[in-house]
Amino acid sequence: MNILLAIIIVAVLGGIFGYGLSYAEKKLAIEKDPKVLALEPIMPGANCGICGYAGCNAYVAAVVKGEAELGLCTPGGPSLVEKMSEIMGLKVDPVGEVRRMVAHVMCRGNPEVTKRDYRYEGLEDCNAAALLLGGDTTCKSACLRLGSCINVCPTGAISKDEKGYIIVDEKKCISCEKCVLVCPTGAMQMIGADDEYVVECNNHEPGGRVRKYCTVGCIGCKICETKYPESGCTVDRFLATFNQLAEHNQIADAAEACPTKCIVKL
Amino acid sequence: MSYIAILITFIFINNFILVQFLGLCPFIGVSKNSENAIGMGASVTFVTTVASVVTWAIYHFLLVPFNLAYLQTLTFILVIATLVQLLEMVIQKVSPPLYKALGIYLPLITTNCAVLGIAIINITNNYNVMESFTAGLAAGLGFTLAIVLMSNVRERLDLHPVRKAYRGMPIAFISAGLMALAFMAFDKSLLTNLHLV
Repeated sequence: MNILLAIIIVAVLGGIFGYGLSYAEKKLAIEKDPKVLALEPIMPGANCGICGYAGCNAYVAAVVKGEAELGLCTPGGPSLVEKMSEIMGLKVDPVGEVRRMVAHVMCRGNPEVTKRDYRYEGLEDCNAAALLLGGDTTCKSACLRLGSCINVCPTGAISKDEKGYIIVDEKKCISCEKCVLVCPTGAMQMIGADDEYVVECNNHEPGGRVRKYCTVGCIGCKICETKYPESGCTVDRFLATFNQLAEHNQIADAAEACPTKCIVKL
Repeated sequence: MSYIAILITFIFINNFILVQFLGLCPFIGVSKNSENAIGMGASVTFVTTVASVVTWAIYHFLLVPFNLAYLQTLTFILVIATLVQLLEMVIQKVSPPLYKALGIYLPLITTNCAVLGIAIINITNNYNVMESFTAGLAAGLGFTLAIVLMSNVRERLDLHPVRKAYRGMPIAFISAGLMALAFMAFDKSLLTNLHLV
């Protein structure tokens, strides 16, 4: 009996308060811009901040006010721009095919092939490690493999495999570049999602020095660039880069010929 | 206990933030500048005052007659949550800048232990309705006093060269601790000396 009374009283109280609130909500309703209401649900909702605003809703507010451009949302891509321009009643030039970019670790180093300056036993954080002489690896452009990028990724696309390499799930990556910003050595970079090959090294030091401390780094020998002019590889400051958009029908041979095998097929 | 004694007790002697350490989240979160601090203080004062009276009425007219005093925490939370929702709507309508400035801390008043604290303290102290009202008002004023003082301290701290490791939150916590030490000076003897007890 007592418990029944308790249930009834709490239910009645809840009912009264709920009804009062819904009445107040109608009385005090704030007219929201219908454009805002239409835009908010179509945003990706990851609140990643690549647009430069505090989150998806803040970006929508800025767009409706006319303060922000439409194409700032990288995760949304061209299809979102189209939908947004429809709602905003704006005619934008049809967006060309935008190349989707994904994050990639430009380093194949591991404790066996890359020399260490010292043994790091501090916080599991790349930026903390980088404060000590730029990290424990002798190569100061290497992936420190402590996983700061894993923690900042809003979609959980980055993980560590059983060998300790940092790997990016290209399907989950939304190109927000947060990992690129947090990486202290610059080993995390954006590459095209359609790239077939990538030069997995980030070291701009001359080949002689790289050879001393890493057996898998690019030594800037220019074999790919000079022997295979149509490999799509160019060498700048002792580091080769592969360009998917250039002619690259010789890339397979160039990868074969690379002395440190740092041109990797994806 | 006279009303003045209740006011002095809850503003100074039992100041919710600096002596009882209740409601610290908005105290640290919204004390970055004094305008927002005053807004937050006013909101909390409103909620504690109204919540004191409403919870008193519910306790004495609903829970006690039906022998349901054990439901007090549940019903009080319900009352406070409703009040905060109502307050949120009013502020959003009346003053959007204040609404934006209070941000997440406004809904957080719902779970602000200071508000539930004053409701329960009123019951345990056996206050009547006017005393409850005074206590709620005083608790809110005490909160406002502490948060406004704190915001002024932090505004000045912004202009001073603070060591990098202390900048922001750490120095704010240290200042709060020193303020709490100062408030410890108020105690029950104050009431005796003023001939209020």
